[in-house]
Amino acid sequence: MRDLIADALKGHDADYIEIHFEESQATNIVYRGERLEEISRARNSGGNVRALVRGSWGFVSFNRLDGLGEKVALALEEAKLASREPFKLFPTDPVVDTVMPQLKKAATAVLLAAKKELLDEYNDIILSSPKIQSSRINYRDARRQRIFANSEGSYIEQAKTDLTLRLTAIAREDNEVQQAGLSLGSNGEFSAVEGLHEQAREIARHAAALLSAPQVKGGEYTVILDPVLAGVFAHEAFGHLSESDFVYQNENLRQIMVLGKRFGGKHLNIIDDPTIPNLRGSYKYDDEGTPARKTYLIREGILVGRLHSRETAAKMGERATGNARAINYLFSPIVRMSNTFIESGSASFEEMLGGIEEGVYVKDWYGGTTGLEMFTFSAGEAYMIRQRRLAELLRPVVLTGNVFTTLQNIDAIGNDIEMNQGGGCGKGGQYPLPVSDGSPHIRIRHCVVGGR
Amino acid sequence: MEGLLEVLRSARREAEQAEVFLVSSRAMPIQFEANELKQVQTKESSSIALRIFRKGRIGFAIASGEGGLEALVDMAVETSQFGSPANFQFPSSQDYLEVRIFAPKVEEIAMEGMVEIGEGLIAKIRGHTPDILCDVQVTKGASSISLVNSQGGQGRYDRSFFGLSLEGILVRDTDMLFVGDSESSCRPDFIGIDDLADKVIWQLEMAKKKATVSTKLLPIIFTPHGVASALLSPLVLAFNGKAVLEGASPLKDKLREQVFDKKLSLWDDATVAYGVGSYPFDDEGVPSQRLPLVTNGVVANFLYDLQTAALAGAHSTGNGQRVGGGFPSPAISSLILGGGDVSFQAMVEDMKEGLIVEQVIGAGQGNLLGGDFGGNVLLGYKVEHGEIVGRVKDTMIAGNVYQVLKELLGIGQEARWVGGILQTPPLYCSRVSVVTKGS
Repeated sequence: MRDLIADALKGHDADYIEIHFEESQATNIVYRGERLEEISRARNSGGNVRALVRGSWGFVSFNRLDGLGEKVALALEEAKLASREPFKLFPTDPVVDTVMPQLKKAATAVLLAAKKELLDEYNDIILSSPKIQSSRINYRDARRQRIFANSEGSYIEQAKTDLTLRLTAIAREDNEVQQAGLSLGSNGEFSAVEGLHEQAREIARHAAALLSAPQVKGGEYTVILDPVLAGVFAHEAFGHLSESDFVYQNENLRQIMVLGKRFGGKHLNIIDDPTIPNLRGSYKYDDEGTPARKTYLIREGILVGRLHSRETAAKMGERATGNARAINYLFSPIVRMSNTFIESGSASFEEMLGGIEEGVYVKDWYGGTTGLEMFTFSAGEAYMIRQRRLAELLRPVVLTGNVFTTLQNIDAIGNDIEMNQGGGCGKGGQYPLPVSDGSPHIRIRHCVVGGR
Repeated sequence: MEGLLEVLRSARREAEQAEVFLVSSRAMPIQFEANELKQVQTKESSSIALRIFRKGRIGFAIASGEGGLEALVDMAVETSQFGSPANFQFPSSQDYLEVRIFAPKVEEIAMEGMVEIGEGLIAKIRGHTPDILCDVQVTKGASSISLVNSQGGQGRYDRSFFGLSLEGILVRDTDMLFVGDSESSCRPDFIGIDDLADKVIWQLEMAKKKATVSTKLLPIIFTPHGVASALLSPLVLAFNGKAVLEGASPLKDKLREQVFDKKLSLWDDATVAYGVGSYPFDDEGVPSQRLPLVTNGVVANFLYDLQTAALAGAHSTGNGQRVGGGFPSPAISSLILGGGDVSFQAMVEDMKEGLIVEQVIGAGQGNLLGGDFGGNVLLGYKVEHGEIVGRVKDTMIAGNVYQVLKELLGIGQEARWVGGILQTPPLYCSRVSVVTKGS
């Protein structure tokens, strides 16, 4: 394989060429109510060539390796159609390395029968709970072995595993339907999805309780976010804005995102770090062969860094951070987050509650999305706060705001922290990319909460 | 076809029934970023899926690339030990109606021509607003689908694709404005570049001024984009035969009942000529059709694939579809919401105070299954005394499709396609919750 790729990379009139090849295996198990809806296995292989010629890119993806030389030639031809200003990629040293996952109990090696038995137990618990109409279980494990080689002499083999599980309980009474869920994942370690029986019971109880819960009255509130939702907030509201491909060609955005500008209080630190071991967003090299590194995005409230590919780093005169990632061989690497989190502060949960006459405590994650300036994220669980105490359960709420004012409005950061490994990130048609995010509890003043 | 038959033969040695599905596609997207051509791509992919009934249970596997084919039968056999009971038959041989979805002209379009289309579109938009930054994608492609099963069923078709999309961003201080539109069809000559440019320029015009709104219940006109962005997902979910079967759909007992406004009719149509969601047969070999979902406000049908239909005691509606060639599931082909009798202008003039909503972010995060919609208005305009006065910001809307669509103030005359799979007019709704900052 190495010789085949080396041959194909030789002797072309291009500024830069890279070749990716990958093989993957996956297992999917889906329940809908008592029915096992899908149990399937997949094997996939394919690759791509990406070539840079005088400032523009050509890209060819394929399933079969034969004729690799012609695919390289096609990528070059495509790149020559465009005529952007030529540039040099941010220099990285050629790397030759092999990276293998170290797992105690790899999900991909667990017998199908054992996976099914475990999921059956969770499903039975949910379905036998009061007022539960149905359930959803989505389990997936996958292993990807990737080869990366470029015209500068890098040759990197990396294997990575990934595991996700989502449990959903659907409650119904008359015409009212409510749901509650639990979303988690791991770097492929099966223990992450074991022993969730109590949580399964809890989401079923929660879905049933929502049937009689009131809707929040829409308006501006002081809100406390739990670590899961605050992590989503860090990812959605700020993380995406730190991805340089949004910024590097937009002069106005560059002014807004100028390094050294104050974005929040002195207590605020936001970090992206793929080098933390064993999280879903962890890796040693990104998909351009750049070594992963920890990047401070906000330090003591000041914007100090952003996430880069080799192209965006070069064009902004900054360092490549190792954040160019592709979901699979059908796509080019683009700037993505890895493990993104808010560092813990000093406030206890009681101290945060202490300042609130009327507010909302929002927990857990339904989803989140951003229009860069504006963001929305939704909570799976919410409670009113009245006279400094947690009060009644609410229907799920949606929170929205403007990133710039909301970061300034964070007035307390908790002394705890938790990383959320559920879900996946989508951008540019590439979804779901394994990432994680996390935070301590945080308190935000003047947050718009949607309801009726 | 020969490769498929070979997989079918080896599967038959292990299984009572078998079905092999092959999808292969080639797409060439040309991407402009910040007004400049950044990347030209050629994407080829194909996958082959095997579904078997073995000892009365369903097994499934999918493979692509080298070495996958050999493993296909083994993987399907392994999963069949735990699969759900096989409760249906694969459809036998039948004649499929011709659905026009292939335009040979797509092949002839040169990459240089696509580059010109993108450049032309950007030039038009910048002619109106010079400092806007546009990301444009021009894509051509074709895919071919082949299917065989052990009951004699067999089919094959080709579908072409041409798409054009634009997203523009305009930043002033910390104010960001996003505009955009997209069109796609099997026929490149169905895509109007000027038309697309005009729609984006209209957005830029309407968003020039800023307007404020306060927290209250207001009437809202959802433009076709607004319908797609805010209302479509919760609505479609309830018609999925699976949600109906398990009792999670709010419509489960509402067949032939009046649930929506009498003016509202909705159908799923896999036979639309050159629609990107059209097909002669679905991904299980069932013939396609034009299926009414709502007729004059009355719930008419639900969407079924073979397995769900068998469990529900119904027939497949030809909506068994596979995402990425995978496990079939009921899904829409093209949705068409019938046009009404009110012009967009008349709707606007009718409003004393209200909003026009084009794009919502964060919709689809609430209790979709219950019909809730809501989110932040990424692009929307305020109407005062019958006139559009400007763009709103920091504004959320929230509602429930079963309440909002029960009594509509009006359905627009001007239907259009959004994203190639929904054709809808603007919808004029009363009393939607609007929440804004500082009130």
